[in-house]
Amino acid sequence: MSVTAPTLPDARGRFGRFGGRYVPEILIPALDELAIAWSDLRDDAAFRGELDALLRDYVGRPSPLTFASRLSDALGYRIWLKREDLNHTGAHKINNTLGQVLLARRLGKRRIIAETGAGMHGVATATASALFGLPCVVYMGEEDTVRQAPNVARMQLLGAEVVTVTSGSRTLKDAMNEAMRDWAASVRETHYVIGSVAGPHPFPVLVREFQRVIGEETRSQLRDVEGRDPDAVVACVGGGSNAMGIFAAFVGAPDVRLIGVEAGGRGDGPGEHCRSLTLGEPGVLHGSLSYLLQDEDGQVLPTHSISAGLDYPGVGPEHSYLKESGRAEYVAATDAQALEGFQALARNEGILPALEPAHAIGWLLTRPLPDGSLVVVNVSGRGDKDLETVRTALGVDAVATP
Amino acid sequence: MTGDLEVALRKRRDAGGRAFVPYVTGGLDGVDADLLRGLAAAGADAIEVGIPFSDPVMDGGVIQEASRRALEAGTRPEDVLRTIHGASVDVPVAVMTYFNPVLRHGVRAFLDDAADAGVAGVIVPDLPVDEADDVAAACRSAGVAPVFLAAPGTSPQRLRAIAGVAAGFVYCVATYGVTGEREALSGTAAQVVEALRPLTDLPLLVGVGIGTPEQAAEACRFADGVVVGSALVRPLLGGDPDAAVRLAGAFRDAVPS
Repeated sequence: MSVTAPTLPDARGRFGRFGGRYVPEILIPALDELAIAWSDLRDDAAFRGELDALLRDYVGRPSPLTFASRLSDALGYRIWLKREDLNHTGAHKINNTLGQVLLARRLGKRRIIAETGAGMHGVATATASALFGLPCVVYMGEEDTVRQAPNVARMQLLGAEVVTVTSGSRTLKDAMNEAMRDWAASVRETHYVIGSVAGPHPFPVLVREFQRVIGEETRSQLRDVEGRDPDAVVACVGGGSNAMGIFAAFVGAPDVRLIGVEAGGRGDGPGEHCRSLTLGEPGVLHGSLSYLLQDEDGQVLPTHSISAGLDYPGVGPEHSYLKESGRAEYVAATDAQALEGFQALARNEGILPALEPAHAIGWLLTRPLPDGSLVVVNVSGRGDKDLETVRTALGVDAVATP
Repeated sequence: MTGDLEVALRKRRDAGGRAFVPYVTGGLDGVDADLLRGLAAAGADAIEVGIPFSDPVMDGGVIQEASRRALEAGTRPEDVLRTIHGASVDVPVAVMTYFNPVLRHGVRAFLDDAADAGVAGVIVPDLPVDEADDVAAACRSAGVAPVFLAAPGTSPQRLRAIAGVAAGFVYCVATYGVTGEREALSGTAAQVVEALRPLTDLPLLVGVGIGTPEQAAEACRFADGVVVGSALVRPLLGGDPDAAVRLAGAFRDAVPS
């Protein structure tokens, strides 16, 4: 598979003015070490070979590209679904966690930590840790441990310790704060597997490159079946890793529209949504400069989304760069639209998506693209974790009536 | 003005003593002009006042809770500066905050406002030296000393960069981890100070994890002084500012004058 040498970020981890490394000095040596290891290994044949074999034999890659025929007929598009929901562990997150845990082993780290929101990254990190026999601690906000309870059980069964975070808004942002505090104390023996294209350099580039496989496969698969690139690539954006992964292969193809769908929650007011790119302003959170939901004093605002995986006030710095450069477009879908997207995919295609990619489908249901558009949607994960949330939101009885 | 902080700390060292710098979270109930004056009267060589931030990743439980309460009470950065200005203590005051509040206000404007309030130094723990060009320049222009952190594991090359840009003092992080009291002073504290000593004549103060007067005394055997935070904020969380001032006195007694 061809890998285009990316020009960004620069040596200081900048995507234009975004990115950087705004972290306590105590973490700098580990970031330096990680950046050096990555630049040594990214084109190392043995490392790539080991990772590619895992992606094929353990994850089940390449993931299929499925034509959504009934949805296409209903909307007047040709819609293809990139099926990251069919990966082992049920989401795209495993592409990154296997890569990072392999890196951690090369660095001689003996312990793995991670943050998680919806729990998919936590499960994928616990999985990779189990595979390599490394102890794993996952930080998860208290609110998320409740709404994504099945994933807490999965992580525990995989041998990970799940630490419930009760500070702040008790969601992904606070889990990340706590993971960074752990890392500050344990950095000599611990690798922190950040789950998105966020955080200090080199994490945004590292995670993008581990997720790039989504876009590379999609481009080649679509050329096989359609003989051309899509008119638009659509993906949900929380921190932005599934979107960055699929965008990465198309950034250099200017005719392909790249569309990121943020969580519009239940309104445009403060605390009602997670629209960092469409309603936020540049700021620094978790180690990088990027669009951020913040008040006039720079305090980070609370957020809301029906989907825990998008419930985050920041976004990866490369998305901020793609927004300002105009190369990508960012829109939003509300909780209600996500629920519509969820049902549309379930009933038309027999696929229960996670609530995160259901935002991308929900946005498409508004028919925002020209008739006949060739569209790829990244179905970044499966919906099992969200069944209770969806049933509650839709008012479906917990027990089927006879 | 830049001189203020450094002059005060050097003066203590030149007299054969060690510096004691207490930290309190601005906007927390009980952190007012009286408390700052009380800390000065208890023998502080300088005072560090926190401007609370919603996501304090360098802080442990005590200062997290203090920050949360201060923000819940509606504390804004200018409120903290107003308290500092109103207290007009006779020792230099440094503010500690995270980078986003500084960036949001505008780096230049933030430092100018701080200088106007009588602030002598600024500490931004999530702003490492290689991201700090703008802040360092604005500090020079405003006459506020940029204090940088050096940590266990900081490379010699970075220590040189820190020594080259820092003013006031260098904040030597004693241990791996975030703020909060520890059972014992970490052995890494002395290593950081010893690594920096040949590179700079700036006062070298140890902070993070100094929980008792005994630990402060121990750190003062190799460092030019100590910064004490969580131990003093704990009684403030309990609603007892007098106890915080008394404890500051005990730290002062343990730190050579």
